[in-house]
Amino acid sequence: MTDAHLDIRQVTKTFPTPEGGVVVALDSVDLAIAEGEFFVMLGPSGCGKTSLLRCIAGLEYPDSGEILLDGSRIDDIPAYARPVNTVFQSYALFPHMSVAQNVAFGLEMERLPKNEIKSRVAAALEQVKLTGLDRRKPTQLSGGQQQRVALARALAKQPKVLLLDEPLSALDLKLRRGMQVELKRLQRETGITFVFVTHDQEEAMTMGDRIAVFNEGKIVQVGSPQEIYRRPVNGFVADFIGETNLIKVTVGSGGFIFPGGGVLARELLAEDCEVPAAGECLLAVRPEDFELVDTDAAVVGEVVDVIFTGGLIRLHVRAGDQEIVAALPSHGVVVPAVGDQTRLRPITKAARTVGS
Amino acid sequence: MSPVTTSRPRRRLVNLSNFPLFRGTSIAVLVGMYLPLLLVVFYSFNQNRLAQIWTGFSFKWYDFVFHNDDILRALKNSLIVAVVATILSTLLALGAALGMLRMARSGRVFAWGLLGAPLLIPEIVLAVGTLGFFLTIKVPLGHVALILAHTAFCIPFALLPIRARLAGLDAAPFEAATDLGANEWQILRRITLPLLAPGILAGALLAFAISLDDFITSFFIAGPGATTLPVYIFGMIRSNVTPAVNALSTLLLIFSATLLLAVYLLNRIRRSD
Amino acid sequence: MSKVRAPKSPGRPGQASSWLATPTLVFLILVILLPLLITVVYSFLSQPSLGTGVKWVFSTDAYRQIFVQEKLDGTTAFDTRYLKVLWNSFYYAGIATITTLLLGIPVAMWIATRPVRFRAMLVLAVTLPFWTSVLIRTYAVRQILDETGPIGGFLKIIGVGNSYQILYTPWATIIGLTYTFIPFMILPVYASAERFDFRYAEAGYDLGAKRWTVLRRIVIPGIRPGIIAGIALVFIPGLGSFLQPDMLGGGKTNMIANVIANNFGQARNWPFGSALSVFLLIFTVLFVLMVTTGVRSRGDQVRLI
Repeated sequence: MTDAHLDIRQVTKTFPTPEGGVVVALDSVDLAIAEGEFFVMLGPSGCGKTSLLRCIAGLEYPDSGEILLDGSRIDDIPAYARPVNTVFQSYALFPHMSVAQNVAFGLEMERLPKNEIKSRVAAALEQVKLTGLDRRKPTQLSGGQQQRVALARALAKQPKVLLLDEPLSALDLKLRRGMQVELKRLQRETGITFVFVTHDQEEAMTMGDRIAVFNEGKIVQVGSPQEIYRRPVNGFVADFIGETNLIKVTVGSGGFIFPGGGVLARELLAEDCEVPAAGECLLAVRPEDFELVDTDAAVVGEVVDVIFTGGLIRLHVRAGDQEIVAALPSHGVVVPAVGDQTRLRPITKAARTVGS
Repeated sequence: MSPVTTSRPRRRLVNLSNFPLFRGTSIAVLVGMYLPLLLVVFYSFNQNRLAQIWTGFSFKWYDFVFHNDDILRALKNSLIVAVVATILSTLLALGAALGMLRMARSGRVFAWGLLGAPLLIPEIVLAVGTLGFFLTIKVPLGHVALILAHTAFCIPFALLPIRARLAGLDAAPFEAATDLGANEWQILRRITLPLLAPGILAGALLAFAISLDDFITSFFIAGPGATTLPVYIFGMIRSNVTPAVNALSTLLLIFSATLLLAVYLLNRIRRSD
Repeated sequence: MSKVRAPKSPGRPGQASSWLATPTLVFLILVILLPLLITVVYSFLSQPSLGTGVKWVFSTDAYRQIFVQEKLDGTTAFDTRYLKVLWNSFYYAGIATITTLLLGIPVAMWIATRPVRFRAMLVLAVTLPFWTSVLIRTYAVRQILDETGPIGGFLKIIGVGNSYQILYTPWATIIGLTYTFIPFMILPVYASAERFDFRYAEAGYDLGAKRWTVLRRIVIPGIRPGIIAGIALVFIPGLGSFLQPDMLGGGKTNMIANVIANNFGQARNWPFGSALSVFLLIFTVLFVLMVTTGVRSRGDQVRLI
């Protein structure tokens, strides 16, 4: 037994398609989330992260598997009786109710005394900095304010777990940065476990204590943002989190043979990754982890594009049949021109082997 | 070398969606739709006993209408039937609209057929059928029979705006309500009904207008004791045309137009939220 | 350890039980379906020798009566009176449908190409008479067409009015039907035209088509679902019209509904009235089926209700 707060065991969920087929949204997923954690579920659309969130909320029932909260099963409890609440992507505010009525709704469902509802509504609105707007209708609020009402409405219930379904996706970039900070603050202050779904890897890195990366109904990797960024378990994670060159190399006696003929010594590889004895494998190198070198023990290729992006210069280099992107500081290096032959090498310990 | 620009006659850009005669036809049709009705209003102020020979302005036919016991009795019958039929048909339409959401496909097809029948089957067929049916099962003609028959053909009219509103509702507020702890009954009372309210009201107004204006069914089902206003007006037109018919018609036109404007405004509310 | 359960779904919350529809369906079965069935039963019963109603004795006389007349001397003869009434019903409803089509398409398209704000008001203007009493609208038409009315008066002033008589002719019935049902044509055609992307018409011009070619080859096919719905919504109720032939045709230009009403009224021949009613019902159902299934096979989406 684990002492996980929210424990997801072997959860499978399928949906019938209109054509009569079946889509596997979740394929026996296991996941343990600790109490008070800011947990992010990350993945491209259709990867199953929202399905899992809806299963936890009770808006979908899993086909099989169990969901436990503090050691007892909740997957057979109807949504309205679960001690978890959701902030919906579209906010789902009740259009016919004022801000205060929206926030009070969940408390009224618990049949709390009137004065307690009043004080908890006031507290929740204060928590999200909306004091004074309690009589407004949702349509009279900006997107950011609506977002805060949705948050207050769920927080007022004092749930054991707060589920957030891409809550910031409708906001513009600036508001979004502000809300990210605010959500982190709220989570620290309330101590409530947050489960946050997003498809935005940058947002996931900013906010998550831990991140689960989903792909095709499975969890591919769970770990801290640093772990996932620095030690992706496979090419999908490496590519989905940040930008990565996945370079096909041949394992030779002296090291890895790059397309174009350059050789990279094994010692330059990150320490904790597996290296096959022979054959081909994929090498993941972040663009910013390249440097220009004079030696032939590098990727040797022709510069096909040079793009100035401010602090960095992006070089597109064609080596053999692959195109590799390097991001170099825009000052202090002699930038090659299009058509030049150039040599790029991953900085020490920056390259990793990954499964495809 | 030719000059960069030559002064060619510029062709005026025509609105490509305008076809010749369309504007003229449209205006003629709209005028044609309203002219007979305006003439009814105009003649209703005619002093002369012969409706179509104008001899001077007068309110006397309105005075006649408001002091004619037969007309007032018919109006009362119409209102009783319309009010009760509106309430019943709106409730039944609401039940049908909500119930059909969960119905299996075959059930929905059957329900649609039944609900749509009063709209598509000629009223005379339903009217004489209902007459025969009521006499066979010994429902006496009169108010109760009228209310039952009116409720039946008002249901589809009450249903259409409710269904339109229901179809336009997003699933999210309902999911949020369950998530916040509301059971099905609480969702119905606190979320579904308030959100449907404009549709329900529009449906009720349409049902009311349809019931109040009905002639054929009432003509067969009313019996001697429950003559409704349209049936009475029909009799007035048959016997002799006086401007009193015009006055009464004007009042009914104004009433129907008011109801429709109310429905129109309710629809605007729907779009704004 | 995991227990496998049958897949189930909490469903969409707020979708109440289908039982809520039960009272409505039961009510409609009682007050719509049973009366239709009883009409069919009545049509196979006999006329009582005295009074109204039916005699519960099986008989096919009612259907025979539609085609055959029994003379006083006991001989029978082929009777075309009711076939003529049936023909009239189709003829008047058909002409009215064509007229509403010719007038309705330009109106619907004109409205659909106005600025949005203006459109809602025009649709309201078309809908408004639609909700007012058919009786009053028919009466209004009668007043206009009357020889002492404005048209007659005008013709008299210019000196050609002495032979003016349109009321109590088939044309008055057709005008009345056109007037009553034109909103049923305009509204569905407008619904299609509003959704029609007029850039297709522009593309047609761009490819060299002239206006009428664009109308015929691009616009009309584009709004076909609305036109089909409009034809059905004018023709079906038109076929069963009672008030227009009664008040405008003056009893001389009967349609089927007038004969049905007469047999449930003064003529007191309920089985015969029921038989005609069954005929009208069958024509209606056939027409609705024709429209809905015929249209489905062409891939159009037509909604009658």
